[in-house]
Amino acid sequence: MSSGRTRTVLEASDIDRVLTRISHEITERAKGASDLVVLGIQTRGVPLAQRIARRIEEFEGQHVPVGALDITMYRDDLRLRPARPLESTQLPDMGIDGRTVVLVDDVLFSGRTVRAALDALGELGRPRIVRLAVLVDRGHRQLPIRADYVGKNLPTSMEESVRVRVREIDGEDLVTLTKSPPKPVGGGDAA
Amino acid sequence: MNKHLLSAGDLSHEDALLILDTAAQLARVADRPVKKLPTLRGRTVVNLFFEDSTRTRISFEAAAKRLSADVINFSAKGSSVSKGESLKDTALTLEAMGADAVVVRHGSSGAPHRLASAGWINASVVNAGDGTHEHPTQALLDAFTLREKLANGQGDLAGKNVTIVGDVLHSRVARSNVLLLDTLNANVTLVAPPTLLPVGVQDWPCSISYDLDAPLGDCDAVMMLRVQGERMNDSYFPTAREYSRRYGLDTRRMSLLPEHSIIMHPGPMNRGMEITADVADSKRSVIVEQVANGVSVRMAVLYLLLGGIPEEGGATNE
Repeated sequence: MSSGRTRTVLEASDIDRVLTRISHEITERAKGASDLVVLGIQTRGVPLAQRIARRIEEFEGQHVPVGALDITMYRDDLRLRPARPLESTQLPDMGIDGRTVVLVDDVLFSGRTVRAALDALGELGRPRIVRLAVLVDRGHRQLPIRADYVGKNLPTSMEESVRVRVREIDGEDLVTLTKSPPKPVGGGDAA
Repeated sequence: MNKHLLSAGDLSHEDALLILDTAAQLARVADRPVKKLPTLRGRTVVNLFFEDSTRTRISFEAAAKRLSADVINFSAKGSSVSKGESLKDTALTLEAMGADAVVVRHGSSGAPHRLASAGWINASVVNAGDGTHEHPTQALLDAFTLREKLANGQGDLAGKNVTIVGDVLHSRVARSNVLLLDTLNANVTLVAPPTLLPVGVQDWPCSISYDLDAPLGDCDAVMMLRVQGERMNDSYFPTAREYSRRYGLDTRRMSLLPEHSIIMHPGPMNRGMEITADVADSKRSVIVEQVANGVSVRMAVLYLLLGGIPEEGGATNE
């Protein structure tokens, strides 16, 4: 963490502000919260989704369903690594049919995770609209995918890695950028 | 995870929990509108069954299909095996067809091991029951059922008392269960007449009783084994009536069980022999759930064996 090649991008208070702004943008564009479903992509997208849903509830005074999406079985790089353990997928009781689904992830990188998430969603129901919110967009897309709501646009080189820590999982809120040897193509932890 | 699943004893505590946790997630696919995952698209799973089986073969077939694998069913009846083809030649045929996994059931103990280690094929081998030796996916689905019912679907089975009753001698289910349940820290008691216990059973990680009533008062689950008439070429007990009187689970014995305990059977049941119909159909019986859990557990096994590349140190496919 404390090596000279690591620099802090967002601190806890920055992350709070960013999530508040994204929550406002989501309600502004959706003209309220009546048909919203917020889905976090496992693992660090999930607590971020919960925070966004809670904030929208505060602004709009109505319940916002929130869930979790595990995309492991839909990844396109499964054959490049040993089989991974699965995380849980939890959808709100009313499902996602006909709703506006906001996918939430921590880092947008190659776009492959989001592609997998869209495939997973298609088998769980038929949302009216799907939008994407990310805490950090670090560029280097390998697929034609973009985010609708971005916490921070972070220009990076391929040699750098972005690390997001959230208090629900890691005990603190922090986004850092580290210079590290290049990873094999196909994305790393923060793909 | 190893490349093959041949014995429940090969699974470490960590591997076993990984399979059970994965199965728990995959079980929820059954509740979805589209009961299918794309994960094993383009992979071929061959069900190689030299012995009759309904639930195991159908269960593996359903599991592979839910993961989008292509399934080829091969049964010895009506194949070249009935013309005298050897296991080796059958294996070479499967290899030439590009099988990624071979699920094998064979009447001879050790056949899956031979298939995995002889170098005939590159595929992962899953033992679906070999002779009187092992049936590891049955043990996994039993452990999964026990964990769901007794441990809130989490962690291992530490401190749980499981009584396994009946024809242990001919049962691959019993051996695999004893090995796996020991790995998961459960206490296993085998109950059988001395004639139906295998040689060397005193070295198994379990306790042994010849009397069924004694362990029932303190057991969390009782698993009845099928009396395997087709493997009995000797008189192991005087009469069927005496057997069911001494080692069968009836209503009276069920009333000795603690309130929370469950009744299991790997199937197919001999109703009236090792288990009476009213016990098999009672609320405590989880026999139908065992079948449903079988699909989830086998999906987990196929996913973990085929869903990625083998781990470092394991033999590689490509």
